[in-house]
Amino acid sequence: MAFAFGFPLVQVVRESFYAGSFSSPVWVGLDNYKGVIDDPEFRTSFFNNLKLLLAVPVMLGLGLAIALVLNDRIRGMRQYQAIVFLPYVLPATAIGIAFSFLLQENGVLNTFLRDLHLGFIAQDWIGNSHLAIVSVGGLVIWQQLGFGVVVFTAALLSLPPETAEAARIDGAGWWSLQFRVLVPQIRPIVELLTVIQVITVLSWVFNYVYVLTSGGPGYASSVMELYIWRSFSNGANGTAASVAVMLLGMATVLIGLSLWVRRRAEVPA
Amino acid sequence: MRQATGGRLVGILGKHAFLLIFCVAALYPLYFIVSTALKSNAAYQLDPTAFPTHPTFSSLRAIIADQPLPRWMWNSFLVTLTSVAVSTLFALFAAYAVVFGRFRGHKVFLSTSVALMVVPPVTLLVPMFVFMVDRGWVNHLQSVIIFYTGLLVPFAVFFLTNFFRTVPQELIEAASVEGAGPFTVLRQVVMPLSGAASFTLVVVQAIWVWNELLIALVFLQNEQARTLMSGLAQFQGRYSTNQPLVLAGALVSIAPVVLLYLSGQRFFVRGLTAGIGK
Repeated sequence: MAFAFGFPLVQVVRESFYAGSFSSPVWVGLDNYKGVIDDPEFRTSFFNNLKLLLAVPVMLGLGLAIALVLNDRIRGMRQYQAIVFLPYVLPATAIGIAFSFLLQENGVLNTFLRDLHLGFIAQDWIGNSHLAIVSVGGLVIWQQLGFGVVVFTAALLSLPPETAEAARIDGAGWWSLQFRVLVPQIRPIVELLTVIQVITVLSWVFNYVYVLTSGGPGYASSVMELYIWRSFSNGANGTAASVAVMLLGMATVLIGLSLWVRRRAEVPA
Repeated sequence: MRQATGGRLVGILGKHAFLLIFCVAALYPLYFIVSTALKSNAAYQLDPTAFPTHPTFSSLRAIIADQPLPRWMWNSFLVTLTSVAVSTLFALFAAYAVVFGRFRGHKVFLSTSVALMVVPPVTLLVPMFVFMVDRGWVNHLQSVIIFYTGLLVPFAVFFLTNFFRTVPQELIEAASVEGAGPFTVLRQVVMPLSGAASFTLVVVQAIWVWNELLIALVFLQNEQARTLMSGLAQFQGRYSTNQPLVLAGALVSIAPVVLLYLSGQRFFVRGLTAGIGK
């Protein structure tokens, strides 16, 4: 562990202050950072990561809704859960390719919309510079939804049935039972999963972007990971390293947050 | 009374309808991959959504016979097997030492593991690449095997530690009193109890490695050395006019994962919820 993490973590910080090839690095101080911040491609990438944050409440909200419905001891619960969870285990590469075919200008989704006389909704989901990152967000939600469902369902099933029973006897309706009694009890888990998914959309979406849009059109749907990969492929190692350090900084804050939330989640409230 | 049951029935039907919408959304892309992979390109061009009434294996056959796909699968298989085996073995010893050995600093070791679980792999990319170049390991499978193993270990340690905590301490003490050394205790007392947990861990890790793209893309650029995922990503650009061919490749890459999932679905759900610390 010390080797796989310690060595590269120290090294990446060092490299972020150098430019040039690996064999003859030149000390450039903070120039890599300055160059990156002035680069519109980096800024677009950074803001795209922020836009993807909007996917987190959607996937967790839907996940929670599904888990609450499943928690009603609904018939076929296991089967429903298994199906909704399935996308989570599939390779994002293969799925991303399928989505890129489904969402293209003359793809299945638009054909379907036109057949329903909803052609005005049809869009170039991947080629449009504003929509491309939205499509990426949709794919992330599609794949990550089941994770929330499984975690929330497990948390709900582990709750003592007495509190729900007591609320029911007091005449609580379905909605107030869910949102006043059940959801507050699993709040620590919701918080923990929120932090985990925020880390995911900030630093773990390369796969989706690479196969769905390749960051395009142009760099309109690029993200920080893709920026690192592109700079690195073009030989700009210092640039790549400096973005990696920034990403690491953001991740560290979130990791601290996750440790803190995790500790709270382990304490029975 | 009758009205109340009617209302309940509507409620139940509403819930099923709600869940079914998500099931269809989850399954449709899969159906699209399978049905397209079983069509000829001509039939697909004619109607991409039609049910494959005359299924053909020509796309599947073409992708297996004319492309390095079997080679890539073999690479993926080797990489997955090795990195998962090494990380699981390492984690077994480490978690055992943390829970039963209580060595100095085991708390720090454990929180470090939890923190490292969420370090973005992309941030380690540049230094690891330099390291592998120095050793001439780029385009060789050991580069990604080492990287993957390192990335898997924190989760594996965390996962097994959580599980070992549920093993009654008395069992260990009883065995120790009878003179069993730590390795004997691990092999004869702890391991037999952790079959399901280890299986879960192996499945979760294997799927992660099998699906990984970024690292494979960077470290294995040679056509013969690619893993299935990085090879598949190449197909997408190269055969953009023959989508059934590309999706046949996607199908081949998905099939093992789906089989693994179906065989261990129960373990899976348990494993992931354990990973979150519950």
